[in-house]
Amino acid sequence: MAFDPPALNDIVHDEVVPARAPWLHTVKAGQTLRIVDLEGNQAVDFLAYSAADDAERYSAQDTIAAQNNIFLREGSVLLSNEGAPMMTVTATAVAYHDTIGGACSCESNTLRYGHHTKAQHACVENFLVANAGQGRGKRDMVSNVNWFMNVPVEVDGALGIVDGISAPGLYVDLRAEMDVVVVVSNCPQINNPCNGFNPTPVRMIIAQ
Amino acid sequence: MSDTATPYAAQAHARAQAGTRVEAMPTVPARAAVDLPPGVLAGDVVWDEIIAPGGYASRQIARGSRLRLTDLAGDASVSLLIFNAERPIERLNIADTLKVQWNGYLGPGRLLLSDMGRVLASLVEDEAGTHDAFCGASNQASNARKYGDGFNHGAHPNARDRFSLGVAKFGLGRKDIHPCLNLFKAVRIGQGGETVIDVGPYAPGRFVTLRAEMDLIVVLANCPHVLDPRPDYAVTPLRATAWRGAVTPQDDPIRNATPEGLRAFLNVEDYFSR
Repeated sequence: MAFDPPALNDIVHDEVVPARAPWLHTVKAGQTLRIVDLEGNQAVDFLAYSAADDAERYSAQDTIAAQNNIFLREGSVLLSNEGAPMMTVTATAVAYHDTIGGACSCESNTLRYGHHTKAQHACVENFLVANAGQGRGKRDMVSNVNWFMNVPVEVDGALGIVDGISAPGLYVDLRAEMDVVVVVSNCPQINNPCNGFNPTPVRMIIAQ
Repeated sequence: MSDTATPYAAQAHARAQAGTRVEAMPTVPARAAVDLPPGVLAGDVVWDEIIAPGGYASRQIARGSRLRLTDLAGDASVSLLIFNAERPIERLNIADTLKVQWNGYLGPGRLLLSDMGRVLASLVEDEAGTHDAFCGASNQASNARKYGDGFNHGAHPNARDRFSLGVAKFGLGRKDIHPCLNLFKAVRIGQGGETVIDVGPYAPGRFVTLRAEMDLIVVLANCPHVLDPRPDYAVTPLRATAWRGAVTPQDDPIRNATPEGLRAFLNVEDYFSR
């Protein structure tokens, strides 16, 4: 089958992240992180920090500028705000992934859908909770990756989160180019198609 | 004996420089600024400065102020950070700015949104229409690759390091440098996701005017766009002029233009209801 992922050897961590939940883990240089979209069409909001200096972190804008493209595909290199390679997309069964849509927050939800959504759980809440354990806070929030999420830009600049192009069992493999702390929000958004209005679990596997 | 050999002589030498005029400098006091936009009274001007090629500035402006940025010679390239001056933990959020307004291209009437669901600034005038929210700031590595070096102390400063100085003047640091907006150089997105830059040349004198919807710290870096394909460090001076203005009224057309934007203004008004 065309979507069979490459074999992983020496698995050091294997965990299912529940629907709507945060996740944080260190991935050492050379290790591969595999994210599996277990049930399909689930957005995985993703940040990465240099383990040596967390003021160096994933930069969507540096990544876009360096590869001259807004979509993340097989071969894309995730760059830091200092222009250093942090992780490389070594394989993915999904055509492309988003890095312009950012994360949902309680506050942005009030703009997008109305003030009735303020109390709903959101990705920024997940990022804040996961990062708090390591002393990071709101200053550490920057534009993130949304694995499996689809944000096309039309000719007139119109953009928006639309129906996903992922499916059950599809994956993305990321090789760490430096020791990184990966922080994930398994998106709890229920007001747009980023996860088909139905958050579902994902699987995180780290291999040597 | 040289003319700076004693403290008295050095003092006289230093003081003799007063009154020197160069292109890139602030007007102090700002109300002495000339060549103002029609209808702007000199007494209302709170900031007027010409920022050099490769230069930077950071400044606090009050809610209701207008900030006009003018591309004096047609090749300015400005990277912009914005903070809520009262509580700089609130700042520009590029992803929300695009996503909430359902569009990736800036233009007249667009809002710059914070990460707290509020509007920081409105783009009340835009004579340029050529901006970029996707590609961010140049950094030392990108400038070194292109120009041989990117140091603040060299001839090819990069926007990120300029930001680090601009934010430091307000007690902020590396973690406060967030994804930025680039003004005056267009980047459009192709149907395969590719970034397509247009660096001009553009007509001199193009400008954008921002209206501060909260008390703001703005940080500007006038460095070549990170995707600028030209081998030379090509950038020309930028003028920043700010003047006092009224807080946005409830019948303002930009405030009421979209339901998403209106809620961003309602959230600002809620924040200031004290």
